[in-house]
This record gives sequence, structure tokens and C-alpha cells, in this order.
Amino acid sequence: MVFLIIVIAVVVLLAIYLILAYNGLIRRRNQIENAWSQIDVQLKRRLDLIPNLVETVKGYAAHERETLDRVIQARNAAMQAPSDPHAQAAADNALTGALKSVFALGEAYPDLKANQNFLQLQEELTATEGRVAYARQFYNDSVLDYNNKLQQVPTMYFARILKFERREYFEADEAARTTPQISF
Amino acid sequence: MFELIRSNKRRSVALVASFVVVAGIVGLAAGYLVGFGWWGIAIAIVIAGVTAFISYWKADAIALAVSRAHPADPQQYRRLYNLVEGLCIASGLPQPRVYVVDDPAPNAFATGRNPQNAAIAVTTGLLDKLNRVELEGVIAHELAHIKNYDILVSTLAVTLVGAVALITDMSIRMMWWNGGRSRRDGDQGDHGNPLAILGFALLIVAPIVAKAMQAAISRKRETLADISACQLTRYPPGLISALEKLRDDVTVTHSATTATAHLWIEQPMSGVGDQGRLGSMHRLFDTHPPLEERIALLKEL
Repeated sequence: MVFLIIVIAVVVLLAIYLILAYNGLIRRRNQIENAWSQIDVQLKRRLDLIPNLVETVKGYAAHERETLDRVIQARNAAMQAPSDPHAQAAADNALTGALKSVFALGEAYPDLKANQNFLQLQEELTATEGRVAYARQFYNDSVLDYNNKLQQVPTMYFARILKFERREYFEADEAARTTPQISF
Repeated sequence: MFELIRSNKRRSVALVASFVVVAGIVGLAAGYLVGFGWWGIAIAIVIAGVTAFISYWKADAIALAVSRAHPADPQQYRRLYNLVEGLCIASGLPQPRVYVVDDPAPNAFATGRNPQNAAIAVTTGLLDKLNRVELEGVIAHELAHIKNYDILVSTLAVTLVGAVALITDMSIRMMWWNGGRSRRDGDQGDHGNPLAILGFALLIVAPIVAKAMQAAISRKRETLADISACQLTRYPPGLISALEKLRDDVTVTHSATTATAHLWIEQPMSGVGDQGRLGSMHRLFDTHPPLEERIALLKEL
């Protein structure tokens, strides 16, 4: 009788543990999904800001065609980039470089630099770039948290049975690791 | 980290419980002194219960109102909003409400009961004096308070400490109605009531206990929030340079009161360099570790 009670207690405790651990893994995995979509949201937001910027700059520095074209091309390339992380990162870096040269125009055209709209767009784009970086950071933090849980001792045995897979980190490619060179 | 959050939640419960107990004792003492008898404790516990309940739901609004904070206009304070949004993405927190305090002294605080109901307030002085990366460091520090549930404990303390002070103050005043004697006029015989003496002592001790509770919202969590902030921004120099600016700035934050002192990122009172009676009191109940220590610690990261 006592033996039976002990067995039942152990089984119940084990079941509770399994449920909690399983839910913990699911929660972490969903957080990764959420973090990943957040990166896309921020990248999209950035692309949406660019036409405005180009229009504003055109009013002051119309003959800087080359610079503006480069931004537009970079934007179109980024929009068409396939949704795998590496292609996106490459397109994104090209865009960052092109944008830097647009903001450098502000130094050459004092009127442009004084334009409220230009300043707002500059702030908005700087902030969005920051957000993209933060979204990636959050993604990596989430992956770290998930992978940690997944590979720790009691969890790893049943996680393997339930087919929880290890996730990959978002890694900046070589181009992003080196500081972009800007020539004036 | 989760251990820390749990400990903060436990601490909140302990704070409310000890508040009710202290209020009950004060009520008992006041009851004897004023002549309400057992009604004193009943009234005090009812007041304490109501205050604790209101504190939980409305403490953030009270802390904001006391500091004269008003909601920040998203257009006017674009940069502030952008930084808050960015850091919320990095930390995975929902976006808190953003407030501005019209005060030339650079300072900031966070309040609320949980990340879903949180608010960040910064002074206009902070916005003027700090550049983008420094501001980012300060906001990350405040978001760390929100994430660690420091805001729950410290915001509860604002109203609870205030309430204890209020109850004792009221009792001491009401005691004088009774001519300062420890028994009612109708009492037979002239044997003194020993409980009344104890009660009187309690009334004096209670505000000090309340103050100690505020100090128990330890200085350690400021340091901890500094470190968590750097974990968010991955850029310690931003916060270091912000703290250095706060250190070099001598403006007193007038929007801060004694009750809200521990909420702010930098100790708002001029206590540190003070001479005289209040100076030593301030040092005794410092709500923050010296900025020098915090800066030195961050430089080691």
C-alpha cells in the first residue's frame, strides 16, 4: 500500500516536472519566433522611411543623383533579398553604407542640414538602425536562453525525444564585422 | 535573474505585511493614548489595508503625480521615444509609458507594479544635458529596474512609508487633544498606564522603522540595474559618461521628495555634501551608493 502511494507520488511529480519543462521550452521557442519576426518588422520600417528621405534630399541637392540612386538601388535590392539571414544581412549592409553617404550630404548643404524634415528622418533612421541591432541582440539572447535550457541535463533527455532542435545564432557576416569605409 | 525577480516579489509581500503589522501596532498605541481602545487597532488596520490595496494599483500614478510628471508628447520627444522603443526590443519588455518632469536637474526614475503597467519619467534637464548614448544608458538602467521588478518594491515603499508617517503624525497630534495625559479624564485612580508609555515610544520609533524599510530597498539594486543596463546596450561607456555628468551636476532635483528619493537614478537630495543636522541624517539613510563607486564598478566591465 505504502509502496503504491510512493510510486503514484513519484509518477505525479515526474508528470508535473515534464509539463513544466515542456512548457518552458515552448515558451522559449516562441520567444525566438517572435524575436525573429521583430527583426523583419524593423528592417521593413527602415525601408519604408527611405523614399521620404530621398524626396527631401532631392529638394536641396538634386544634382547628387549618383548618391541618391545608390540608396534607391540598395533599397530595392534589400526589398527583393531572399528571406535567408545571410542574404538579408548583406543587402542591409549595402543599404547602411549608401545611407551614410546621404547623411554626409548634410555637411555639404547647410540648408539641407537645417531642414527639420531631414533632421527628423535622420533621427528616425538612426533609431531604426539601432532597433534592428537590438532586435538581433534580443534574438540571440532568446536563442542562448533556449539552447541553454535544451542542453542542460534533465531537459536534454526528453527534449531529444520530443524533437526540440538546437537553434542557430544570427551572425553578422564578414562585411558587417569590418567597419564600413566611407569616402567623401 | 529569475531568482532576483522572485526575491523582489517576496520582498513586496514582506513589505506590505510588515506595513500592516507596524500600522496595527501604531493603531494600538494610538488607541491607548487617544482613548479609542481597541478601535484604534481596527481603524489603523482598515486604513493600512486600504492604503496597501491602493498602493498596489495606483502607486505608480501617485509617484508620478508627486514628482509632477506629465506624459511626454511623442512628436516633441521623438528621440526619447525612439530610445525607449529600441531598448524595449532588446530586452523583450512591453513598452512602458513615458513621462517628462520639468526640472533642470538631470535625473530619471521608473515606477509601476509590473512590466505591463510601468512608466519611465525623465527630467527635462536630463534630456538637455545628455547625448544620445548617455541617454540610452540611463533609459536602459530604468528598464532594468522594470525587468527586475525593483519598481514594485520601491513604488510600494513610496506610499507605505508615507502612510506610516501620516498615521504616527496624526496620532501624536491627537494625543495632545487629550491634554498630553496617558489616560482619559474619567479614569479612576491615578495609576499610570504602562502600555501608554510603550505606545508613546512606538509612535516615535515607527517613522524610523518606515525609513529603514525604505533603506532596505537596498543600494545593491542600483548597482545591479547599472550592470543589467550595460547588458542591454552592450556599451558601458554610455552609462559611465552619463553617471559622470550626473556626478558633476550639482543641481538639486526639486521634483523629488523624501518619499520618492530612492526611485531616482541619482540621489536627488543634496545630502551628500551637507553640513549640519540634516546632513548626517541623509548620509545615514542614503538611498544610493556613491556615484564614484558605481562608475568605478562599470569601468571594470
